Amino acid sequence: MAKYKMHVLICGGTGCKSSNSSDIVENFQKILAEKNLQDEVQVIKTGCFGFCEKGPIVKIMPDNTFYTQVKPEDVRNIVEEHIIKGRKVPGLLYVNPENKEHVSDSKHMGFYKKQLRIALRNCGFINPENIEEYIARDGYQALASVLEQNDPEATIELIKKSGLRGRGGAGFPTGMKWSLCRPNKADQKYMICNADEGDPGAFMDRSILEGDPHSIIEAMAIGGFCIDATKGLVYIRAEYPLAIHRLQVAIEQAREYGLLGKDIMGSGFDFDIELRYGAGAFVCGEETALIHSMEGKRGEPTFKPPFPAVEGYLGKPSNVNNVETLANIPVIINKGWEWFSSIGTEKSKGTKVFALAGQINNVGLIEVPMGTTLREVIYEIGGGIKGGKKFKAVQTGGPSGGCLTEKFLDTPIDYENLVAAGSMMGSGGMIVMDETSCMVSVAKFYLDFTVEESCGKCSPCRIGNKRLCEILDKITKGNGTMQDLDELKNLAKVIKDTALCGLGQTSPNPVLSTIDNFWDEYVAHVVDKKCPAGQCKALKQYVIDPEKCKGCTACARNCPVNAIHGTVKNPHEIDQSACIKCGTCYEKCKFNAISIK
Amino acid sequence: MDTVKLTIDNRAIEVPKGTTILKAAQSIGIDIPTLCHFELDGLDVHNRPGGCRICVVEVEKRRNLAPACVTECMEGMLVRTNSIRVINARKTVLELILSDHPADCLQCAKSGNCELQDLAIRFGIRENPFIGAGHEMSQYQVEVSPSIIRDMNKCVMCRRCETMCNEMQTVGALSAIERGFPAVVSTAFNQHLELSPCTFCGQCVAVCPVGALTEVDHTPKIIRAIADPNKKTVVQVAPAVRVALGEEFGMEPGSIVTGKLTAALKALGFDYVFDTDWSADLTIMEEGTELIGRLTKYLGGDKSVPLPILTSCCPAWVNFFEHQFPEMKNLPSTAKSPQQMFGAIAKSYFAEKINCKREDMVCVSVMPCLAKKYECSRDEFKVNGNPDVDYSISTRELARLIKMANIDFASLPDEKFDSPLGESTGAAVIFGATGGVIEAAVRTAYEVITKKPLPKIDFEELRGLEGVRSATIDVDGLKLNIGIAHGLHNARKLLEDIKAGKCQFHAIEIMACPGGCIDGAGQPLHHGNSDIVKARWEAIYRADREMPIRKSHENPSIQAIYKEFLGEPCGHKSHELLHTHYFDKQTTVEVDLGK
Amino acid sequence: MSKVKSLADLKAMREKLQSTLDVREKAENPESIVQIKVAMATCGIAAGAKQVMEHMMAKAEELKIAAVFTQTGCMGYCHAEPTLEVRMPGKDPIVFGHVDNNKADEILTKYVMNGELVEGIIPVNYETIDK
Repeated sequence: MAKYKMHVLICGGTGCKSSNSSDIVENFQKILAEKNLQDEVQVIKTGCFGFCEKGPIVKIMPDNTFYTQVKPEDVRNIVEEHIIKGRKVPGLLYVNPENKEHVSDSKHMGFYKKQLRIALRNCGFINPENIEEYIARDGYQALASVLEQNDPEATIELIKKSGLRGRGGAGFPTGMKWSLCRPNKADQKYMICNADEGDPGAFMDRSILEGDPHSIIEAMAIGGFCIDATKGLVYIRAEYPLAIHRLQVAIEQAREYGLLGKDIMGSGFDFDIELRYGAGAFVCGEETALIHSMEGKRGEPTFKPPFPAVEGYLGKPSNVNNVETLANIPVIINKGWEWFSSIGTEKSKGTKVFALAGQINNVGLIEVPMGTTLREVIYEIGGGIKGGKKFKAVQTGGPSGGCLTEKFLDTPIDYENLVAAGSMMGSGGMIVMDETSCMVSVAKFYLDFTVEESCGKCSPCRIGNKRLCEILDKITKGNGTMQDLDELKNLAKVIKDTALCGLGQTSPNPVLSTIDNFWDEYVAHVVDKKCPAGQCKALKQYVIDPEKCKGCTACARNCPVNAIHGTVKNPHEIDQSACIKCGTCYEKCKFNAISIK
Repeated sequence: MDTVKLTIDNRAIEVPKGTTILKAAQSIGIDIPTLCHFELDGLDVHNRPGGCRICVVEVEKRRNLAPACVTECMEGMLVRTNSIRVINARKTVLELILSDHPADCLQCAKSGNCELQDLAIRFGIRENPFIGAGHEMSQYQVEVSPSIIRDMNKCVMCRRCETMCNEMQTVGALSAIERGFPAVVSTAFNQHLELSPCTFCGQCVAVCPVGALTEVDHTPKIIRAIADPNKKTVVQVAPAVRVALGEEFGMEPGSIVTGKLTAALKALGFDYVFDTDWSADLTIMEEGTELIGRLTKYLGGDKSVPLPILTSCCPAWVNFFEHQFPEMKNLPSTAKSPQQMFGAIAKSYFAEKINCKREDMVCVSVMPCLAKKYECSRDEFKVNGNPDVDYSISTRELARLIKMANIDFASLPDEKFDSPLGESTGAAVIFGATGGVIEAAVRTAYEVITKKPLPKIDFEELRGLEGVRSATIDVDGLKLNIGIAHGLHNARKLLEDIKAGKCQFHAIEIMACPGGCIDGAGQPLHHGNSDIVKARWEAIYRADREMPIRKSHENPSIQAIYKEFLGEPCGHKSHELLHTHYFDKQTTVEVDLGK
Repeated sequence: MSKVKSLADLKAMREKLQSTLDVREKAENPESIVQIKVAMATCGIAAGAKQVMEHMMAKAEELKIAAVFTQTGCMGYCHAEPTLEVRMPGKDPIVFGHVDNNKADEILTKYVMNGELVEGIIPVNYETIDK
C-alpha cells in the first residue's frame, strides 16, 4: 500500500459537483501524474463540507488548508505552488469578511468555529465510496459490539438514555420508538430509513447519504437487530441520483465485507437492505404515507393508530427512522450515552444539522449542539445578513415552520423552545430574511408550497390551505379587509386543529407566526394599502411631484396604458386606477419627479 | 370482554375496548355528524378514511381535535362533542367543503337525498366566507357512461366509491388522483369509464353521499315512448324491486309491493306489464339444463368439461370476469340474464303473438341495478341495431316516474301482471338475494335428475349474508358441491382458487353487489343502514313462501313456451335466443403520456 | 479483501487501515500533536530533504510518535539545508539546520520524546502565511 504524504480532499457533494468539482478531481490526478507525485499525494472525492456558499471546496492535508471556490484551472497552481513548493495559494483562501484576512485553517473560520459535527463527522473527511476509510474511522465497530453483546434490550436502553430524538421533525425519542416495535412478533419485520427529504432547500439527509452512506447502513443494521427485523428498506427520493449511487456502492461493499447479508460477523444475525424510490412528494415524509408509497399505493397518510410499529410495511411491524437520526446511532454506541447526553439541552440531546439559507452571508450545511442560539447560528456561523442589511426574521422547520423575530434570537435551539416560540424544529431548514422581505408574501410563499404538496385527503388541508392562500393573495394585491384578517386567523387555527397529519396540522404555522409577530404589516396591507417592505407590486404607487415636474410629457408618451395625463409644461398626474405599476415613467423621468410610495 | 370507561359530554359510559368515540356516542343518543364515514354492518363494508374531519371532537389533554369515527375510546377519556371549539371547527370545515361544491341543489339528482345538503341544513349555513371573489372552485369535465354519470365537481373526497371499487369489488377502476386542491377520485389517467375495468356495478353510486356519482336517467325516454301511439311498450320488473320500492313512498323497509307496483306501471300507461320473474324461471330451465349436461358428461368420465359452472345473471359479474379473468370465460353458463332472455322473447315470441314489428316495440326493464343499463346496450343483444331491451331504469327512477305522474302509490289497489310473460314461481323471486339463483337451480335440477319430488323446498344452507358460503347438496347420492359469493372481492377469492386448481365446487353463484340484487346500486339509498338491506332480504324469502308454485320447471307458462315455441331447454331455438358468449376485455389502455 | 467474521476481525482491520487516514486525522488537531515542517524548496530537496522527511516519518511511526509532517517552501536558511521546524504542543517552534538521518533520529528521541535540546537550532525570523 502506498504511503501518501499528502491528501487532497475534494468535495464531491451534489452542490460542488454541479460546480465542476469532478473536473477538479480529474485535473489533480492528471497534473499530479505529470509531476510524478501520484504515489505521494492521494486525491479523494469526499462528501459535502457544508460550506456550500463558497464551493467547490478543496482541502489539503496535513497542511489543513481550506481552499474555496476552486475552479478546475486553479488546480495547476495549487499543485505547483502548494503541493510542490509548500506555499499556500492566497487567492483561493477564505477571506474573513470582518478583517479581510486570509484564513487557511477551517477551524479558524467563523463558519466552522461553533459547529460540532457528529452526524456529519465523516462528511468531507472520508471517501464515501471506500468502505475501508469508514472502517478506519471506527466504522461498523458499533454494529460489531452490539452483535457481540447480543442484548438488543440493553442497546435500546442505551439509545433511550442517550436522549436521541427523531431528527425528521417531530422529535419522538428514538429508543422509545424501537422499544415499541421490538415486542411485536411477526414472521417479518422491517427497519425503514426515511430518506425522502422533502423540505425545499433542505439537504442534510442527502449530504449524509452522499458523504457517509455506511453510517446509515450500520445504524440500520443495529436498529434491525434491536427490533428483530432482518430487512432494511431505504425510501429515497429518485431526485437524489448521487445519494442513490453512493448508497448502492456502499451496500454492495458492506455485503462483500460480510457486514450485510447472512450471519453478519458470525453472530447468526441476518440483515440486508433494499432501496425504494420516492417520487418526491413532501407528504411521503410522513411515515404512514411513506409506507403506503413503498407498497405501491397512493402516498397519503392514514390515521394512527395503528402505528407502523404494530402494522407497518405490508401490514408487518416496522420502524421508520430519519437519515440524520440514524447517522447518530453508531457514534452513540461507540462513545456511550453519557457522552451524547452531555451535549445539548435538558430535553434535546446531541446536535442538529441545519440547512442555512436565505439572506445570509454563509449559506450551507451546519451542525451545532442543541442549545446553540439562533443569534450564534445567524451571526457567527452564518456570518450575518448579506449586504449589511437588517435582520427581520428567521424561518425554521421547513415550509410548515414559523417565522421568528429578533426577540427570539437568543433562544437556545431545541425542540421545545422552537415550538414554544411558534415554530418548530422540522427537519432542519433555516431561512434567514432581511428587512426587504414582506412577511405576508413570505407566508403566502410557504402556503403555495403546502397547497401544492397536500395529498388532498382531508378537507381542512385540501381546501383550507387553498383558501388561506387565496386570502393572502387578496391581501398582497391590496384587496384585503379587516374581516379577511379575522377569517385568516380563524381558518388557520381550525386547520391546525382538525387536519389529519403533521403536514396539515403545521401548514398554517407561517401564517399564524407572521400574524403574531408582524401584525402591523398585515394591517398596513389591509388598511393603509401599503407594503412596508415594498415587495407587493400591486401596493406600489407611482406619484408625480408637481413641484419637480416640468411637463416634458416623456412619462405620458411612454406609459403603455395611457394612465398619465397633463398638458405640456404643466405638472402631470398619474391615474392610479389605470396604472399597472410597470415603472416605465419612473425610468423615463429626467427630473426625478416620480417617486414610489 | 374488555371494556373501557369514559365520559362523553359529561355522561359516564362503559363500552367494549376498540369502540370508536362515534359508536360510543351513538349508543347514548349523541349523534355526531359525519360525512366520509360509511359502514354496512354484517356486509363487510367499511370506509373510515378519517378524511372529512366533520366528526371532530375535543378530547381532554390532546393538542388537536380528534376524528370521532376513527379514534378509539380509551380508559378515562374526557370527550366533548359540542364545545364551542368543536362547533366552530366543524362549521368552518363544512364551509370549506361547501366552498368547493357547486350550489346547484335545485337541479341536482341527489337533492333531498344528499348527506352534504343535510349537513348544510343542520349547521344552518346561510353564507360562506370562502365563496366569491378570489376563491377558486374545482373544474372537472362531467363524464357520462352507459350507466353512471360522474360529476366530480361535486366530489367531497369521502373516498367511499374508492373503497367500494377497490376493497369490496377489487375492480380498481377508481382511485384518487392528483394532489392538493385538484385531488379527486378518477380512473387511471383520467380515462373514460368504459376504457377502465369498471363493471358498472354502481356500488360507487350507491354509497356516494352527494351528487358526484349518479345513474344515467332514462325516464324522459320512457315517458316519450309511452306517449308515442305507434309504439307498444312492454315493461318487466326484477324480483328485488318489489321488496324495496315501497321505501321510496315512506313504507317500511321489507314491504312487498308487487301488486301496487303492477298497478302503478299500468297507471303509467305501459301497454304490457310483465315480470322478470317469468324469465328468471326460464333462466333456470336453461342454466339448470346446462349444469346437468356438464355434470353428466363429467361424471361419465369426460374430464375436459369446464367446471365449476358459474352463474351469469349478474351483468357486473360478467363484466368483471371479462376484464379480470378472461382466460376463464368458458366456465360461466352461456345462459343470458333474465333481463335479456325476457327482451329476446318479448321481441320475438310475444311480438309475433300480438303482431307487432320489432322496431315498434319498446322493451323497458325496471332493475335494482345500474349494470343492467350497460348490459342492454351491449351489441350482442341487438338485432339489426335494435336492442332486445331498449331502456333499463332503476328502482329509484321508477319511483320518480310514479311521483311525477301524480300516482299515490301507497293507496293503489293490488293488480296482477299481464299474461303470458307475467306468471312466475317462488324460485324466481329469490333471484333477488344472494344464493337465490343457485337455490332455484337446485330445486329444479334435483327433480330433473332424480325424477322424484323434493322432500324439502327450502335450502336454508344456501341462504345467508356471509360473503362466501358453501354447501353440499345430496341429490339422491350424488354430492353436489355448491359455492356462493357476493361482493366481487369474494368472487375473486373463488376464481383464484379455481385458477390454482383448489376448487371443489361443481357450481358457483356469484352476485356483484353485497347481499345480491336487494342491495343493488339501483335500489333506494340506504345511507349505510344495513337493517334496511336485511329487511329486504327477509322479504325476498317471504315472497317466495307466499307463491303457490315454487319450482321453475312447474311454471305452466314456461312449460307452454317450450311446447309451442322453444322446443326443449338448450335446444336449437334456445341457443339462438337465450344464450350468449363472452369476450376478453382485459384492459389495454392507450395513454398519451406526452401531455 | 476478506469477510469480516468477528469484532476482533474488524478491530484488526481497523488497526491496519487507520494509518491510511493518519495524514487526515492528525491534521484535524495539529495543535495537540507534534508538527514537523520540512523545508522542501529546490535547495532543500538538493540537500536531501525529501529523503530525510521519509526517513523521519518512518521513524516517528516506529517510535509511536503522533506527529504531522508537512512540507513547506524555502525558510531562507539555504546555508543550513536540510532544515525543519518542530512545534511541540503548547511551545514555540524550533528550527533545526543540517538535518540528516541521524540528526532526525536524535531530534525525535531527545527533543520530541524527552524535551532535551539538540544542537543545530537556528533562531527564528520568519512568518508563515497563516499567521
